[in-house]
Amino acid sequence: MGRLARRLAAALAGLLGGIFAGGAARAATLPEDRAEALIHAYSGGGVTANGPAVLVRKSIADKVSLTGSLYVDAVSNASIDVVTTASPYKERRNDYGLALDYAVRDSLITLAVGASREPDYRTRSLSLDIAQETFGGMTTVNVGFTRAADDVGKTGDPAFSDRATHWQYRVGVTQILTPKWLASVNLEAISDDGFLGNTYRVARVFGAAVPERVPRTRSSRAMKLRAVGDLGSRDALRAEYRYFWDNWDIKAHTAEVGYSRYLGESFLADGFIRYYKQKAALFYSDNATTETTYVSRNRQLSDFDNLTIGGKLTFDWKKQPGQYDLKANAGLELYNLKYNNFTDVRTGNLYSLRAAVLQLYLTATY
Amino acid sequence: MRRWLMPCLLSAAATLAGCAAPEPWVKPYERERLADPIMKLNRDALAAKHSEHVHDIREAARGATGVQGGGCGCK
Repeated sequence: MGRLARRLAAALAGLLGGIFAGGAARAATLPEDRAEALIHAYSGGGVTANGPAVLVRKSIADKVSLTGSLYVDAVSNASIDVVTTASPYKERRNDYGLALDYAVRDSLITLAVGASREPDYRTRSLSLDIAQETFGGMTTVNVGFTRAADDVGKTGDPAFSDRATHWQYRVGVTQILTPKWLASVNLEAISDDGFLGNTYRVARVFGAAVPERVPRTRSSRAMKLRAVGDLGSRDALRAEYRYFWDNWDIKAHTAEVGYSRYLGESFLADGFIRYYKQKAALFYSDNATTETTYVSRNRQLSDFDNLTIGGKLTFDWKKQPGQYDLKANAGLELYNLKYNNFTDVRTGNLYSLRAAVLQLYLTATY
Repeated sequence: MRRWLMPCLLSAAATLAGCAAPEPWVKPYERERLADPIMKLNRDALAAKHSEHVHDIREAARGATGVQGGGCGCK
């Protein structure tokens, strides 16, 4: 029996040794030093949102990399919800981020803090992500956690004050399949607690406007599968699918296919088509005909689909091998949302909207 | 009981002993194409964050995007 135990132990040691030897040949590398400057604009359904965003990343002593980012959203809102129940408004959101990447052996550890401020809404977040390379660098395992806390206010009602807390747990695996193909799977669970509605939005019950009533907890899960492959003619194809479900009884499917291709020596073109479809939340109603504990007429929780097509062109502007690489990028996305149970009360017809998203940005690596 | 336990353990041990972990079948020098920017799942952080934000405030689904971040940060 002692000999058997030794043999089992030797077999187990061999197995574990093989796995770890496969992963020990490489070391995780820090993300490259990089700067991005973006101008973004959204226009559709009576809403415009635009602003600048910048990101700078710099490594220190090859072990640590610091990233700072600022993102500004100036919103002018005259959406159907606003024009039918309130007055159009303008506001600005500033989003600040600071992240620290630390490379140790085969792991890249990222600690990030963020803060977002609007006149009536504040968010603070803390994230920890770990990416571990294994199996000779063919497999990367990611695990991450975020906790965010929001302070919710209401313009014109200084007495209103509430909070919301969010926990996000994520895990993912990226696998090299062949010299030309990569695949990944991501899972994320999110739990929310606190004020999860909108202080201004109203629901309709028996045709009358009443303040919406939304549960104070929510728990959701999402799973995404993705594959990207080199097609061999300086071009690549990617496909992805995400399934989402939560305890508000929302179920959603997202499918996306994209194609990228180098054009000549200086251009890279990307194109994609994305289809999103979701089922309504249990307490969503366009016009409720029974009294229920919870009721909402939030379009985001209704039954709808969204077809998006988009394209991007990247231009190699300036390059000094070994010193810097500057690229100019322009992207355009066109959204087409069709609501299956949300009536435009101005016309009596089902609501739909088209929107355009523009991104103009420079990226530099150095 | 020992009569069947021993052969089972022996065969399990034999299987494990002959079962080295599979070798990485794509060698580092074969990964040149995978390192091309065209193969990156999220090439530009700010553009990806903005696209995710646009989706987050219009659609109920969220998460598992592979875009790192601290949530939507919006109402």
